[in-house]
Amino acid sequence: MIAIKRLTGAALMLGWGLMLVVGASAQAEPKRVVALGGEITEIVYQLGAQDQLVGRDTTSTYPEAANELPDVGYFRQLGAEGILSLKPDLILATAAAGPPEVLEQIASTGVQVEKLPSEHSAESLLEKVARIAKVLEIPEAGDKLASSLRQQLDEASASIAAMGDKPKVLFIIGTGGGDVMAAGEETAANSLIKLAGAENVFADHKGYKTMSLESAAVAAPDAIALMEHTLKAMGGVDKIADHPALKLTPAAQTQRIVARDGTYLLSFGPRLPEAMTDFAKAIRTEGRSSH
Amino acid sequence: MSLRNLHEAQERSRRILLLVLAAMLSVSSFLALAVGPVPIGAGDIWAALWPSEDLSRDAQIVQQIRLPRLILGLCVGAVLGVCGAALQGLFRNPLADPGIIGVSSGAALAAGLVIVTGNTFASGFMEWAGNYALPLGAFAGSMIAIVSIYALSQRAGTTSGASLILAGIAINAMAGAALGYLTFLSSDNQLRQLTFWTLGSLGRITWDSLVPVAVLMTIAVALTLRKAAALNTYLLGEREAGHLGLNVERMKKTLIVLGALGVGSAVAVSGIIGFVGLAAPHIIRLFAGADHRIVLPGSALLGALLVMCADLIARTAAAPAELPIGVLTSALGGPFFLWLLGRYRRELF
Repeated sequence: MIAIKRLTGAALMLGWGLMLVVGASAQAEPKRVVALGGEITEIVYQLGAQDQLVGRDTTSTYPEAANELPDVGYFRQLGAEGILSLKPDLILATAAAGPPEVLEQIASTGVQVEKLPSEHSAESLLEKVARIAKVLEIPEAGDKLASSLRQQLDEASASIAAMGDKPKVLFIIGTGGGDVMAAGEETAANSLIKLAGAENVFADHKGYKTMSLESAAVAAPDAIALMEHTLKAMGGVDKIADHPALKLTPAAQTQRIVARDGTYLLSFGPRLPEAMTDFAKAIRTEGRSSH
Repeated sequence: MSLRNLHEAQERSRRILLLVLAAMLSVSSFLALAVGPVPIGAGDIWAALWPSEDLSRDAQIVQQIRLPRLILGLCVGAVLGVCGAALQGLFRNPLADPGIIGVSSGAALAAGLVIVTGNTFASGFMEWAGNYALPLGAFAGSMIAIVSIYALSQRAGTTSGASLILAGIAINAMAGAALGYLTFLSSDNQLRQLTFWTLGSLGRITWDSLVPVAVLMTIAVALTLRKAAALNTYLLGEREAGHLGLNVERMKKTLIVLGALGVGSAVAVSGIIGFVGLAAPHIIRLFAGADHRIVLPGSALLGALLVMCADLIARTAAAPAELPIGVLTSALGGPFFLWLLGRYRRELF
């Protein structure tokens, strides 16, 4: 009996071994991959599969080395032939990539088009990691990255929960004339604010909408957040703090004006845990009081 | 009937003009298939022209991407050229262009309405119309625009040039405002679709979406071409044309419907591609005079040629990214329009 058990055990081991070998040989076949979406490019790099990348979209600017890849344009305004000229056999595209007809055209020439979720959440990030690892046939690297990310995310949430208070945040996404475009419900910025344990003052609006400066003042945000390039376009921290309508807000008075790189803050890629913690700290401490 | 007794030499030179245009169009059509960000050999291009299950990747690129795009470019260019020429004849105004007098923006607005509100307010229609929903909506929009422009610009039985352009400006502004409001209402995804209408592109076409609009555009071009002789008579003046036995009202209505159908379908699949309807007929008139029997087919050929050339630049200049074609035609057409304004200033006001 024992001998038979040992035998089946050995056979099972052999089977496992064979499967591993087969798995390894499948890994060995490199693909030509075009990544459409900054967070997708980042994940491919984190998985160590960057050698397979042959193209990227305009928003894929991190890590630095990604900038060397050919740029196929903004991921919402793609052209089929340009992408096909890179001779890809796999397109990793965020669900927001388009126009959809262009992705259809690409698929109709026999190229695999993998559409990845674009929700702004930690779960969606982990799902993206798992699916990219799967299509690139590197499941171990995927598991490793996913569990490391999960741990970092848990740590980040715990440290944010420990901060206790719930500051009010206004996220300015752009500016035109006298008004500002603010991020409302169902935006990446809104999800980030929530993850950072804060309250979005513009949450009763959906999407990115123009907000009059007057209502920005009435909302009395404790912190104003924006992307670095928006800050530059608006003339810097002092300009915002001295703005006739904004200067009465607590945010302007403490100069709690948080500006970060857009992809880093809002792409919900592998740097999310870092961005969450950093943002959560900044909207509570940055500004005059901390200097 | 001086128009019928044209000198034979003139007749021949016109035929040569059409032949030259057709030859240039063939060359540019070949270029449209052969040139692109992906270098493709002649063998693959030839293979792609025939239905086959087993095609190389390059041949598939030609068959699935370049070929439908070529056909779309031909149709859209021909429609814009010929409708521009017909509208200029109908309004007796050299500045009548589907873009300038608001027909295109009427179509774009209606297309926008279909995108943003179609599924909420008219789901039955959307289901029934399927792939035709956008072209039909755009047709209705351009129809409303064209009829109101016509009504607004009529003064004592004739079309006033200034009020035509002013009505066009007003309609463009209103359609722009309404489109702006739609962008405010729309979701992120719908917003992307809307921006597409205002910039124009031939890059989104697939065989499925091409077939219905290509049929509509071909009908519009073919039937408009048949109105050449009637438009010539109409040039003499409305009353005179009536005396010569032309049913003026019916011709007007036919041209309005055809113009709306053509421009509406073109806008529905390619967005607003400006100035082709203005430039093509004027260039033909410069070479061959005002006879619609040459202006209409010539504008169709030249319109197609202009769109194909612009699209060639759009596809290749920024490769692997792509430029919006409407931006290109407007960048080239804008200065041309200013030149026209200068030329016709005295006649207009």
